[in-house]
Amino acid sequence: MASIRFDNVQKYFGQGPKAIRVLEDINLEVKDKEFVAIVGPSGCGKTTCLRLVAGFEQVNEGTVSVSGKTVTEPGPDRAVVFQQFALFPWKTVRENIDLGLRNKNAPAAERAERIARVLKLMNLESHADAFPHQLSGGMQQRVAIARAYVLDPEVLLMDEPFGALDAQTRVVMQEELVRLSRTIPRTVLFITHAVEEAVYLADRVAIMTRRPGRIKEVLDIKTVRDTENWDRFPKIEDVMDLDSFVHLRTQIWKSLREEKNVHAG
Amino acid sequence: MDRELSVREQIAYGALGLVSLIGFWSLLSVTGLVPRQFLPAPWEMMDRFVVLLSTKFAGFTLPQHLWSSFQRYAYGVLLAAGVGIPLGLMMGWFRWLDDIVTPIFDGLRFIAPIAWVPFAALWFGTGIGGPIMIIFAGAFPPCLINAYRGAKFVEPRLIEAARMLGTGSYRMITEILLPASVPSIVSGLRVSAGLGWQSLVGAELIVASAGVGFMMVQAQGVVSTTTVMAGMLAIGLVGMLIDVLLRQGEAAIRRKRGME
Repeated sequence: MASIRFDNVQKYFGQGPKAIRVLEDINLEVKDKEFVAIVGPSGCGKTTCLRLVAGFEQVNEGTVSVSGKTVTEPGPDRAVVFQQFALFPWKTVRENIDLGLRNKNAPAAERAERIARVLKLMNLESHADAFPHQLSGGMQQRVAIARAYVLDPEVLLMDEPFGALDAQTRVVMQEELVRLSRTIPRTVLFITHAVEEAVYLADRVAIMTRRPGRIKEVLDIKTVRDTENWDRFPKIEDVMDLDSFVHLRTQIWKSLREEKNVHAG
Repeated sequence: MDRELSVREQIAYGALGLVSLIGFWSLLSVTGLVPRQFLPAPWEMMDRFVVLLSTKFAGFTLPQHLWSSFQRYAYGVLLAAGVGIPLGLMMGWFRWLDDIVTPIFDGLRFIAPIAWVPFAALWFGTGIGGPIMIIFAGAFPPCLINAYRGAKFVEPRLIEAARMLGTGSYRMITEILLPASVPSIVSGLRVSAGLGWQSLVGAELIVASAGVGFMMVQAQGVVSTTTVMAGMLAIGLVGMLIDVLLRQGEAAIRRKRGME
């Protein structure tokens, strides 16, 4: 059972009187095999939330735990997919995917088998020996997702993974991610500022306020998706046309806009 | 910076500089403003250079002296790279090692390699160890500094990616920091190669039984200024050759990297 928990998390950047409060009282749980997206205006601290779970940064107060264990450092049980892919340019696609498995000391035969499986899953078979710079942005992000998935991590952390892609590629990747998360469900924390992406992908959407970031409300998407049976449509545009989708999207937009007005006005 | 120059202009200006120098120098010789035994004429230097290519002086021909120098040089630079690059990368990863080594290194690196000559002579006599030590002293700092800087300036996201994949220190250094630092390391090697070659001749002036520097000291003893100058010419030419070769190697690596 893999889960992520934020308990009364406070986070500051800097120290002393000049410290900036970036996260205030974050409480959130991502349950086993649940896909939770955090949306919010830029600079609200949503990426910081993910970095705390990844172990790249530490909380000032409260705890962040994964499957009951408090996070203290990065590790392969919490695989991260970065917005800028962060592939190793001197390693081929296969070598990029292999590094995590080698670090786990997996036997060669098992590694080869797992890599073959994930390459097939992500439609990367013909690019196994290419270097990242030879691939398009969408392909590179597939490699990054494959590199995370191959480790069979407890939780997947995705930090605006499609933010650097063009609109068309982005749609394809969103559809693939839905397919992937239905085939191999994982506990996912997904960061985005794109409301539609959040509604399309997530089981629940957490809306954050401007800095200092707080979780303003958490919307249940899964109940609506299951009742309205969104999954019968393979294409994102058909789902986005549904009244139930539009309704949720508008609700989030309003919530985000209120937030803007409160602080701007 | 002034305007860009075309290749033809660049070559023309380069030639102008050289021709002026040689012209001025020839003038000094022809007019007798400077006595020949103090400053040989350019053609005398060239004559001597050609003669030394096949005639033995101080036991060996000039190419043999050069070969002897080059061997010491290669050992010294390889040793500097072999110690400096791994140490620099490790300092870029382990903070404690950085804190231990940096004060020592900063204290030692401003001491000119030639200052070590008395100790080199004392510790190694006239054997090969002395000159290697001097070359090492000259070539080591750029190797270490550039590997260290390379490791420190690796894109933080790549290090985060490696850490979340569970990469340990050994692989972090060999598979992430090292390849990411290659351009910086290669630049450092080029500087090291130049400094090493400079230090070599200084070292041989004192501790050696063959080599270009040794040949020049012997020439000084018999007041053969043309031989000293021919030695200087040889040092300059070999130094330029080494630099050109390494520049091309560096450019090739950068081209390959630019694509990646």
